Amino acid sequence: MARGPVREVMPAEAAQLIEQGAVLLDTREQHEWNAGYLPGATLLPPAEVVQRVEEVAPDKNRPVVIYCAAGARSMRAALQMASLGYTDVSSMAGGIGLWKSESRPIQMPDSTPAVARNPRYARHLVMPEVGPEGQARLQKSKVLFIGAGGLGSPGLLYLAAAGVGTLGIVDFDVVDLSNLQRQVVHADNRIGMKKTQSATLTIRALNPEVRVVAYDEMLTEENVDRLIAGYDVIIDGTDTFETRYTLNDAAVRAAIPVVHASVFRFEGQLSVFVPYEGPCYRCLYPTPPPPELAPGCSVAGVLGVVPGVMGLLQATEAIKVLLHIGDPLMGRLLIWDALDGSFSEVTLRRDPTCPACGIDAARRQPDAASQPSLATAG
Amino acid sequence: MTRVRIPPVLRVHVDGQKEVEATGATVGELLRNLTADNVGLSEQLFGEDGGLHRFVNVYLNGQDVRYLQVLDTPVSERDAVIILPAMAGGGAAGGS
Repeated sequence: MARGPVREVMPAEAAQLIEQGAVLLDTREQHEWNAGYLPGATLLPPAEVVQRVEEVAPDKNRPVVIYCAAGARSMRAALQMASLGYTDVSSMAGGIGLWKSESRPIQMPDSTPAVARNPRYARHLVMPEVGPEGQARLQKSKVLFIGAGGLGSPGLLYLAAAGVGTLGIVDFDVVDLSNLQRQVVHADNRIGMKKTQSATLTIRALNPEVRVVAYDEMLTEENVDRLIAGYDVIIDGTDTFETRYTLNDAAVRAAIPVVHASVFRFEGQLSVFVPYEGPCYRCLYPTPPPPELAPGCSVAGVLGVVPGVMGLLQATEAIKVLLHIGDPLMGRLLIWDALDGSFSEVTLRRDPTCPACGIDAARRQPDAASQPSLATAG
Repeated sequence: MTRVRIPPVLRVHVDGQKEVEATGATVGELLRNLTADNVGLSEQLFGEDGGLHRFVNVYLNGQDVRYLQVLDTPVSERDAVIILPAMAGGGAAGGS
């Protein structure tokens, strides 16, 4: 015996029907939809059912699942549809409320912007660890590079390729021929050009969807708070102790994670400093060495691929921090020896007496951004 | 003998060696023996007060000796010691 065109189904059965290809309609108001809806649903507010249902569900013989908040409006809409000739309409009992209480998936409208359908990111979108939501998160993210040099170059390229929405670059230098052995974001025909401008050209050519913010400045105590404000992660590719400490202290004040790396000849080191969660650079080294004991880097040289590898590890850590996936290199220092082909690791601890992020400093943290530098030791 | 890894920035003081061996029952003894005839290395590791410079970290089997017993931390032949001074190089080194 044929059943009528309208029936009421529980969420479990609705889920089955949806999986089997039923048209899924949401008959609530826009503001309710905005708080989340069933994946794959089309919004059809109650007042529009009669006028628009044939537009959103043209095949009247195809099964339809319709829901609302609790089940009443969807039953009314189902009956209206039956009177229009629809032959198989299931109203979901309990509506989205019951669906949610059974921990079934809900989609947020913001989580499916155009980026989630962008073929550029297809290899990201298929991975559950990134997926549409992760890709949208990357698009909303802002990463600041201190330096568009050996460490910054690969990271800029790959974070641009990855679709990080905003890349800030702090660099006051111009491209020099001797940079091109490792600073691959620049190019031979841009010698003499500002590094920020050169990097911007390369990034635009690779991924025009990325917004580049160029700061042709040297990072100083005076401008650091302004430069880093609003960024989600900072990539430290600086090459002097002074800038490393200036950056560290400001990042701690602003509670912005810093992905730290340094290179020397055939070796690189890497760690992620997440303020108040793990150690900061000052926990590791409260004071820089005096100039007479600081080994000179510029005369020592560096194998070009070493900052390349370390810069890409920085980019990897930045993505992990932005997406909250994996175990960031927090409280750990990774040491890479290119000649040995070996990675080793030491444990870093947060120093409770750290002048930047220690207990006394942390106590003042809520207002820290408006305070002068807490880290004056040394 | 305990293996001590010398960081690239200090290798100039040990004829370019990546790793050296030294004897000692504690980290302090080990490092003092290592630097006994090596003023350059000694200056890099120790301050005038005889303690480690604050910009030099020493790790025993991956753990910072400051969170163990500092220079009095006992060492055995099977232990691996790593010296890590602060390093600034950003890969712009030599170019900018």
